[in-house]
Amino acid sequence: MAIRDYIRERFFPHIWCPGCGHGMVLNGLLRAIEKIGLDKNEIVMVSGIGCSARIAGYVDFHTMHTIHGRALAFATGIKMSRPELKLIVPMGDGDALAIGGNHFIHAARRNMDMTAIVMNNRVYGMTGGQYSPLSGYGTMSTTSPYSNIDHAFDVVELSVAAGASFVGRTTTYHAKQMADILGQAIIHKGFSVVEIMSQCPTCFGRQNRLGSAIDMLEHFKENTTPIGSKAKQKNPDLIERGIFVQKKMPEYCSEYEKIIERAMVTVHHRDRRGHREYN
Amino acid sequence: MNENLKFIQGNEVCVEAALYTGLDFFAGYPITPSTEIMEHMAKRLPKIGGKFLQMEDEIASLCAIIGASLTGHKVMTATSGPGFSLMQEALGYAIVAEIPCVIVNVQRGGSSTGIPTHVGQGDVMQARWGTHGDHAIIVMTASNHQDVFAITVDAFNLAETYRTPVILLFDEVVGHMRERIFIPKKGEIPLVERLRASVKRGVDFHPYLPREDGRLPISDFGGVNRHNVTGLAHDMWGFPSDNPQVVHGLIRHLVDKIQNNTHKIAKYKEYYLQDARTILISYGSAARSALHVVENRRSRGEKLGLLELQTLWPFPYYLVQEKCADAKYVVVVEMNMGQILQAVKVSVDRPERVFLANRIDGVFITPTDIRNILRLIEGKGV
Repeated sequence: MAIRDYIRERFFPHIWCPGCGHGMVLNGLLRAIEKIGLDKNEIVMVSGIGCSARIAGYVDFHTMHTIHGRALAFATGIKMSRPELKLIVPMGDGDALAIGGNHFIHAARRNMDMTAIVMNNRVYGMTGGQYSPLSGYGTMSTTSPYSNIDHAFDVVELSVAAGASFVGRTTTYHAKQMADILGQAIIHKGFSVVEIMSQCPTCFGRQNRLGSAIDMLEHFKENTTPIGSKAKQKNPDLIERGIFVQKKMPEYCSEYEKIIERAMVTVHHRDRRGHREYN
Repeated sequence: MNENLKFIQGNEVCVEAALYTGLDFFAGYPITPSTEIMEHMAKRLPKIGGKFLQMEDEIASLCAIIGASLTGHKVMTATSGPGFSLMQEALGYAIVAEIPCVIVNVQRGGSSTGIPTHVGQGDVMQARWGTHGDHAIIVMTASNHQDVFAITVDAFNLAETYRTPVILLFDEVVGHMRERIFIPKKGEIPLVERLRASVKRGVDFHPYLPREDGRLPISDFGGVNRHNVTGLAHDMWGFPSDNPQVVHGLIRHLVDKIQNNTHKIAKYKEYYLQDARTILISYGSAARSALHVVENRRSRGEKLGLLELQTLWPFPYYLVQEKCADAKYVVVVEMNMGQILQAVKVSVDRPERVFLANRIDGVFITPTDIRNILRLIEGKGV
């Protein structure tokens, strides 16, 4: 199936600003899905609120554009009720980790099979450039006009600590790696997190004097490195890219199937003993 | 012994009724006095192959059942005041995206975290207007276990009929009280199943274009018709729109589909209303005490009657006006500061003759409390 068949052309052009990285995430995601060869009817995309969330409207899957921060909670209900569906949950950084932080860690802990994508542009773009929990100390924003004193989460460390069974990170500059990691995350049976560092030249770039979208992409190239590289040993400030965790763990829906079996066996035993089950 | 005869808590009756309708998905978060509902669901659902989820909070609980409803399941969550407050945003989402679901609020006493193990009826207005923006909502209640069963089944039927969340506003007394109940046989109460879209694969599908009769068929997630679901104002494709005509049409549709059918939705019970000079209007557990007073006074020849409301919203203004037309006094019996009182005053021709008999201290309103108010109204002193 061609990439174009995965999008709803009726609703283009999209609302993202010129230079925004979110379209590149969409591109990488669709290439990953095409490579795996998933049918459009078996994919459900659930998004929250913000620039990132609009991605759901443009893809021709079963799509749900929900409320701020709660995408993973909606996705949990969908997956649990129909485990055969593939759940993809793109979120922004504020969406996933500020208002949605609690849902994020609990979804990771539960290990239900779905792919959470954190489109991290380090800013609330749709509301015009306020700092997010991923902006980081010293960044400028409309709500930190004298510099930000909030420290940032490390999405990878947070996800690992919360129990995610697949954790990856890449950037919009590394388009091929992005498609590759997303593909592996989607195939992975369990809760997968992919942080994609994405540029927002309009809100984050401008306030932090990071230049054009091209400059910001160059910045991703220069300030990131593959996991465990020599460059990282020399310069610990570099941000590592790649797959940090990829492990087999009991998946929630499969585990619940066992609960169903156990509950049904209980009924059977009691019946044999001639007891009537009221509860 | 009839095996359909049980002596159980109201919360468990609600579970029995939900399962009777074919519910097979529940998500919740523990909160007094509704917790027994989720405990029974956790035990019962896997036995029938259904799914139970304990979520990280009430917000996630409602979100999860909305998601599960979209895949074609009958769903429910249960909570009490503080949890109901947390659910308000997702409730609005379900209203605007038109996703059927049932939300039980077993009301506790007091405001804020209040008095969790005591009774109150203070969430009536929150159930009506708790979520932001213009909308219509269906809110139902019951005073005894047989009615809890019937009303719960009805809530699922209405949710499917009108593609909307329905709120079951029970209270601590009804939820925790044990009482006799006959579980109806399968088929005894008619069930409304989901109206599904019959559009074939490849045909342009308009998920939000209502039929001529106002009903909106659903296409399940995972089926052949893929569509977008959003809480933003949306067009007939479910795609966000700020076109004034589209937005106007959407709000009118959401409000009209419920308000225009108030006469079909409204459920109530009446006792001795034909010749009543004084009419008590009550609902939920408070109606039990009100009924006691009415029957007690009737035996002494006094012309008292009771109108027990089971549908609180949309409020049946026409019904209250009609039933109270010849009454000298109307007394609203409720355990709050007069939330239904206001709606009753708007309904009747002589609002100055409407009085309130209430309790707001977490103690169940007694027949004596109501009698004292009646004596004051009748000028007999306390």
